[in-house]
Amino acid sequence: MNRILNIVERHTHHKSGGRHGTGMAIMRKGKQFRWQRKDLIGLRDLTAEEIIHILDTARGFEQISTRSVKKAPPLRGKVVVNLFFEDSTRTRNSFALAASRLSADVIEFTKKSSAVSKGETLLDTARNLEAMGIDIVVIRHSAAGAPMFLARSIKACVVNAGDGSCEHPTQALLDVYTIRQMKGSLEGLKIAIVGDIAHSRVARSDMWAMTKLGAEVTFVGPPTLMPGNLDQLPVNVSYSLDEVIDKVDVVNMLRIQFERLGGNPFPSIREYSRYFGLTVERMRRAKSDIVVMHPGPINRGLEMESEVADGSNSVILQQVTNGLAVRMAVLFLVNQAAAEVST
Amino acid sequence: MKVILNAEQIESKLRDLAEVIASVTPPEDDLAIIGVRSRGEILAQRLAAALSEQLGKPVPCGTLDITLYRDDLNSPHGTGQPLVRTTEIGFDIDDKTIILVDDVLHTGRSTRAALDALIDLGRPKAIRLAVLVERAGREFPIQADYAGYKADVGPGQKVQVNLIESDGKNEVVVE
Repeated sequence: MNRILNIVERHTHHKSGGRHGTGMAIMRKGKQFRWQRKDLIGLRDLTAEEIIHILDTARGFEQISTRSVKKAPPLRGKVVVNLFFEDSTRTRNSFALAASRLSADVIEFTKKSSAVSKGETLLDTARNLEAMGIDIVVIRHSAAGAPMFLARSIKACVVNAGDGSCEHPTQALLDVYTIRQMKGSLEGLKIAIVGDIAHSRVARSDMWAMTKLGAEVTFVGPPTLMPGNLDQLPVNVSYSLDEVIDKVDVVNMLRIQFERLGGNPFPSIREYSRYFGLTVERMRRAKSDIVVMHPGPINRGLEMESEVADGSNSVILQQVTNGLAVRMAVLFLVNQAAAEVST
Repeated sequence: MKVILNAEQIESKLRDLAEVIASVTPPEDDLAIIGVRSRGEILAQRLAAALSEQLGKPVPCGTLDITLYRDDLNSPHGTGQPLVRTTEIGFDIDDKTIILVDDVLHTGRSTRAALDALIDLGRPKAIRLAVLVERAGREFPIQADYAGYKADVGPGQKVQVNLIESDGKNEVVVE
């Protein structure tokens, strides 16, 4: 009953809404998409339509970073917490800058400097932050599922900035945003994701985003660095970069994450580089307009030769720039969804 | 629903606006037109074409998206989820005399948002407001410098500007 009243009230408001009323009329005519998630946990659960909506929204944020006043007011008076339980420079700075460009206040929280080192649980940490009146939590955690757990436990919006080897949704969003910029659309594109797939949350989020948008994804790497559940994933698998390099439109080279690798997944760095590194020689066999990506930070000479990383096919720095626009869009959208829920 | 301006009348109002703007703007002023998405964008393009003809020189034209500057983004009275679109202004607005174009001036709230959005892009010499239709109902101290038509409508009524590019026909109606 309450809900119905609310709709009626809103409807009447449109009618007397002048300029805004006009705006709504356009939306009712067109197919107006409505973003309803107060959290962004992963891309696995998102529809293609939702992903496209984030990417389209991000276009409107791109120019904020290029003008003289690099700020807009939509999150004015909101507080964003960067809750990072794992080291990160790029993603943390990108989120902090995105939040401040939207006029939010940003609190930086790292594991080392917090009560977590005194034994506080994740939930207690979050509840304490929430008691201070925060609006959005950006969380990175080594445990897969931590962002989901948090989203269920607190009222604030939760944005996943990487959980274990599960998902890193904003990285994948900026990847597909960059590919769209270069190629127009992902429909029908062949994309190789190369390297340590098993430990890579980027590979997983990329896979969901890219396949939902119509691309064909191939995981490339040594068998020791492949995940165990390959047959359940919507991807092709190749154990040879030479086999796929001449066929793909986009190649995403993952970083070898020495900090996560146990045992001896490959005999030597030089051998890995010989079979799976993106070399100048391999680039000669690739399509001339192949898009070369890397989520950073690069181990130069290992995953990729410097000439390739700095070459004309590389969009690595463009990815970083786009990351800002995409993260601004995500922060804006979750906050909008939360504002609607609270009304 | 009553038609208050037909296609021909819209064109003639825009020509009148261009004529007035051309006649009152000092020749040393560097004119540029900026339309507020989405109807204002289309009207701005038409006005820029008419003005270019009047002045015998090209008048630059851009589009402003005011979504991020709206005052109802976090308000319970918001009119639903707005779509963020791009601002496309391919020239420097510093020291220019900007003609800000919108379809209807009603509460003045979107004009306030547009002014804030513009100021974040630079420091124009002046900003003037041109609208196709002006009506009562101001909530902010904002008035139009140039208005094509003054519509006499009550608070419960809505002025809808339809343009061929977005709505399939050119007409202004009162609902």
